[in-house]
Amino acid sequence: MGLEDLFKNVTKRFNDEELPENEPTVKCPRCQQVVPESRFQELNKVCPNCNYHGRLRATERLRLTADKGSFVEYDTEMQTVDPLNFPGYAKKVESLQELTGLKDAVVTGECTIKGSRTVLIVMDSHFMMASMGSVVGEKITRAFETATKKGLPVVAFTASGGARMQEGILSLMQMAKTSGAVAKHSEAGLLYMTVLTDPTTGGVTASFASLGDIILAEPKILIGFAGRRVIEGTIKQRLPGNFQLAEFMQEKGFVDMIVERRSMRSVLSHLLKLHGYEKEGTN
Amino acid sequence: MEQQQRSAWERQLLIRDKNRPTVHDYIPRIFTDFYEMHGDRGYGDDGALIGGIGRLDGLPVTILAQVKGRNLQENKKSNFAMPHPEGYRKALRLAHQAEKFHRPVICLIDTPGAFCGVEAEERGQGEAIARNMMEFMMLKTPIISVVLGEAGSGGALALGVCDELAMLENALYSVISPRGCASILWKDASREQDACEVLQITAEDMLRFGVAEAIIPEPFGGAQEDIDKISENLKEYLVKTTTEKLQKDLDVLQKERYTKFRKIGVFQEQ
Repeated sequence: MGLEDLFKNVTKRFNDEELPENEPTVKCPRCQQVVPESRFQELNKVCPNCNYHGRLRATERLRLTADKGSFVEYDTEMQTVDPLNFPGYAKKVESLQELTGLKDAVVTGECTIKGSRTVLIVMDSHFMMASMGSVVGEKITRAFETATKKGLPVVAFTASGGARMQEGILSLMQMAKTSGAVAKHSEAGLLYMTVLTDPTTGGVTASFASLGDIILAEPKILIGFAGRRVIEGTIKQRLPGNFQLAEFMQEKGFVDMIVERRSMRSVLSHLLKLHGYEKEGTN
Repeated sequence: MEQQQRSAWERQLLIRDKNRPTVHDYIPRIFTDFYEMHGDRGYGDDGALIGGIGRLDGLPVTILAQVKGRNLQENKKSNFAMPHPEGYRKALRLAHQAEKFHRPVICLIDTPGAFCGVEAEERGQGEAIARNMMEFMMLKTPIISVVLGEAGSGGALALGVCDELAMLENALYSVISPRGCASILWKDASREQDACEVLQITAEDMLRFGVAEAIIPEPFGGAQEDIDKISENLKEYLVKTTTEKLQKDLDVLQKERYTKFRKIGVFQEQ
């Protein structure tokens, strides 16, 4: 599911007199306001009306986070083998690989952020809603293990619909596997920061995304264990509009800081330096 | 061997049977001197996940168990075995207590999943499950888990990070309820029977994927046919496994636990 689907192009213009003829627009999924696409892109996919931080592709996130040219990717060729021979899965993966240029839903590697070396994990919701199967779990586990071995911190941008149903129990076990890798990294006294992005839910919320020493979140994004519709189905009533948004989860005590996209890189850099990760490869 | 041929769906029906034994049946038959301990020390006590201390063949152990009710009254108290975050936090508290006093931890899993509701979200259901997995992974005492009936997703796995996992023969372990899977896959929840087979959720599947190490045989009509017999089988397994794990050096034990989960996953690299 892409941004293209999320922000449906709307042909009708609403009381925005400044919009020139034929200016392409997008509709914010949070506030439903129709805004000029150029403005939305200029803000790196942040809604100018409500400050909802939209979904980025992994390449866009890397560009906004890592020092130019510093990112070296790990495990570039890893992909699924459809272990359950699950109906429609192989075909879906193939078409998404073609569409996104990704092999699966996570990009891992090493970079510097304003000079501080770190392992970086970026999940991309455009690939099967960044659900976690064997590939996502293995790449994240290896990223933590490499960081532990090299004495590096880990910064993880999370986004996910949860465990990947199409790989059955193997997907569920990735939750334990990644949490174990976080434990080993933590035991080595190394820093792990998570940045929760839209949407971080299900088995990813219930594993490594919730285990950072420091948990940051982008404004107005969705964070939860169970989906909103599932809960509404259980309790048979409508939920308040801000339920499971970053601000709500911070109020409930599960997010350290809400950080705007435009200042994320510098906040991460300061936090890395506050933990002694001053220069390349030092701790 | 006839039991081996039961389909996942037939097993699903068998474990849904209202006479299927629950921890209320197992605990008094397997353990002696069982004392239940209440509360997570932060929010409250959760009747869906009980914990306590008892003896297994004389050996002091900590028991953590999800509680299916045998009737509506019991289910009201135990929320149909769907824990809230405070249930998982109580489990973690008691696991650390077990570690302090060098007691093995026995987890009896039987849940459709962690509870999905407003308060569960507000109190951090995801965080509670995540923390249990991380800390159980590092716990310096043996952990043995057994799936008694159904093991639903993260809500089960929060008691499933262990040195060895056993499945009762007809028990099922799944990432999503077959009903949920059917409604996503075919937009038709009534096809749960098909989803049951597609998802590969039986005890034999768990052995094949390296998720479980043992299958505890049930009487032909299922555990409900002879509760004393199945309890005996379960006790025998627990005694043998805890004895075996207690002989291991704690660092080795912990390393092997990590490796058990580290190995799970199938992918290719070219």
